[in-house]
Amino acid sequence: MEYKKKEIPGSVEKLGWILLGLGVILGAVAFLVDSSRAFFNYLITFMFVLSVAVGALFIVALEYLAGADWSVPFRRIPEFFAGAIPLLAVLVIPLLFGFHDLFHWTHTEDVEADKILQGKTPYLNEVFFIIRTVLCIGVWYIFYRLFTRNSRKQDATGDQKLTKKNITLSAIFIPIFAVTITIAAVDWLMTLEPHWFSTIFGIYFFSGSMIATLAAITLAAILLKEKGYLHPKITNEHFYSLGALMFAFVNFWAYIAFSQYMLIWYADLPETTFWFLQRWEGPMMYVSLGLIFIHFVIPYFGLVSLPSKTDPKRLKIMSVWLLFAHGLNLYWLIMPTYFTGKEVPVITWMEFTFPLIAIALFIIIFVIHAKKFNLMPVRDPKLRRGLDFHL
Amino acid sequence: MVHSQAVTEVIIMNKKLYGYTALFDTPDGIMAAAKKTADDGFTKFDVNTPYPVHGIDKAMKIRPSKLGFITLFFGLLGGALAILFMYWTMSVDYPMVIGGKPFFALPAFGPVTFEVIVLTATLSTVAAMIALFFYLPQNNHPLHDTDYMKTVSSDKYGLCIEAEDPLFDEKKVQTFLSAAGGKNITPVYNPEPVKYPLLQPKFLAVLAIIALSVSGATYFTLNKLMYMTPFNWMSEQEKLTPQRTYWLFEDGYGMRAPVQGSVARGFIPYPFRDQSVLEEGGLANPLLATEEVLTLGKNKYNTFCSPCHGNHGDGDSRLRGQFPNPPSLHTPRAREWSDGQIYHVLTVGQNVMASYEPYTTREERWAIVHYIRALQRAKNASDADIQLVRSDNNAR
Repeated sequence: MEYKKKEIPGSVEKLGWILLGLGVILGAVAFLVDSSRAFFNYLITFMFVLSVAVGALFIVALEYLAGADWSVPFRRIPEFFAGAIPLLAVLVIPLLFGFHDLFHWTHTEDVEADKILQGKTPYLNEVFFIIRTVLCIGVWYIFYRLFTRNSRKQDATGDQKLTKKNITLSAIFIPIFAVTITIAAVDWLMTLEPHWFSTIFGIYFFSGSMIATLAAITLAAILLKEKGYLHPKITNEHFYSLGALMFAFVNFWAYIAFSQYMLIWYADLPETTFWFLQRWEGPMMYVSLGLIFIHFVIPYFGLVSLPSKTDPKRLKIMSVWLLFAHGLNLYWLIMPTYFTGKEVPVITWMEFTFPLIAIALFIIIFVIHAKKFNLMPVRDPKLRRGLDFHL
Repeated sequence: MVHSQAVTEVIIMNKKLYGYTALFDTPDGIMAAAKKTADDGFTKFDVNTPYPVHGIDKAMKIRPSKLGFITLFFGLLGGALAILFMYWTMSVDYPMVIGGKPFFALPAFGPVTFEVIVLTATLSTVAAMIALFFYLPQNNHPLHDTDYMKTVSSDKYGLCIEAEDPLFDEKKVQTFLSAAGGKNITPVYNPEPVKYPLLQPKFLAVLAIIALSVSGATYFTLNKLMYMTPFNWMSEQEKLTPQRTYWLFEDGYGMRAPVQGSVARGFIPYPFRDQSVLEEGGLANPLLATEEVLTLGKNKYNTFCSPCHGNHGDGDSRLRGQFPNPPSLHTPRAREWSDGQIYHVLTVGQNVMASYEPYTTREERWAIVHYIRALQRAKNASDADIQLVRSDNNAR
């Protein structure tokens, strides 16, 4: 397969570094102004990076395991995004200093007076929490290294056995991913309210993060296609499957979110309903209502028809929209814990500065990887079939 | 063979031409032919292949199907009808409190609405497809049962240009198809139009057979198959069991009414049932006010009496406002009543108060009377009583 690599201009990387510098400076100011609020906002950013990075690795594994052809020319994009996984180990460090601000269960004197929290201490203690976090990031990192090493080696050697190896790896990774993403969702999001529990929560976070991952992949693919970095044989029909997957996960998210809401509404137990009541107080009500439309109704109609999935311009708008929706979803999950018992504005300048860090990081990671490696797995045995894909 | 061909040709003379078909050997061949046909301006033509050929719709220049709008319409209609139906049954016609939820509980209706949307959308799509393909009420398509259809559903790719096409001309189409690389170029004729195809005896017979076999199988499954016990060992015996028929009796009822005038063992009849107020001194309390009896009385009083009369007999009920307030049990009238008169009220009821005979035993009612007496004495305790309680407490 003849393939001429086209370098991404340095200005894109420069833009990434400028955004990152801006985000870090404003973030530092935020920590000085109101460290508690800054920690909650930083957690949103961290979870956003985590969901896209780990979700991208899952997409790579899923496409190997399902034997998809259409996705082969795109595979490097999720591989590059998964490059943020090693960064998670660095990004998590500031959060360790914010334990007391974020997590009520770290307040030992409160736990002693609380029978329910006492019962949860075998799981909810700082040592075990850190062990779990290290374990999750470690496992993701190992699989990220293995997947990308095999994939990149194939560019040089063209060894078909490497594809087989990655398929085996995917079969091992996917069940492990199911457990680790649930642990991450429960640890970093659900235990913000240590009394609350929802057994569907892991899937809820997974469905949202898949939407964000697919939106990020679609956005990157369309931007690259528009500027001519992708192979000319990649047509609009290749984007159809990305759009269809996004559409499927938008529906899946709505299904899971409704299931979670309906079961809690039906049982009407005070120990679980308070979580939704928190999200129905004051201005949060508008966020909750807005989430239904921004995360489900509008993307549903935006992606339902065939032309909307094959037109890159419409797909680009929808992917940016869905990335915003995932950010809003995380805001809705995390911030009400900070708002309870406080008379503070729901939106301040801080909510806009922290996402800059996530955007900048993904731009930088993508460009650095694109410099070093091919934008397409040039000697993958399924590449020709992938390029010849027609609806 | 020769004979039948001659017969066919005679029949053909009277038939209307449907179109010309041609066969192609490869998917690339059919793709090029479809593209050429569409480019030459033909609009009424179709491609038949044994499997979906990718990109053929683009080559044929066919517009996206409008079937989706039928699906959308019936899906929304089904969802609206489901919500309307649940609203009418659950909130208007027979409102019932379920789990303390409002009568119009939208989240609870969600799953049902979703399922009905899926059901109506799917069924209407299938029905619409059949209606469109078969030109209902006709139940046939000219291409059905032709050699052409048999070939293209196994190993060849076919193209059919219809006679209704404005550019159609027998000679031109034949040369066009052979120029495009088509083989076996043959005409297809419309079948004899049937006036009432849905009333054909064959069709009706098939419907009847389907109806009979489905209902028969359902009846057999639900009424016979499901009741067949694999082995019944001693589970069915010639003995009288509750709620069953029994051969011994003429009317067949297994459960018998007791003989008139029979009395349950241990039953003590109450002879003052028809009196509204019991005479003074009519009955005496058969129980002694021991601690055991008072505990029983307190327990039953709190269960049955306190919801209206209050925990201390003040008439300060928890249900205040929903019923006429019951009088206090500490009025002079109530205190002057004999034990028997209170027992009588518990047994037959008074004014709004119903009889508590079905819910309490004779002993329990007498124990309640003792407890009411204790409440009355506590409310109006004399100095001597208070001294007694104090010395009692000190002794402990």
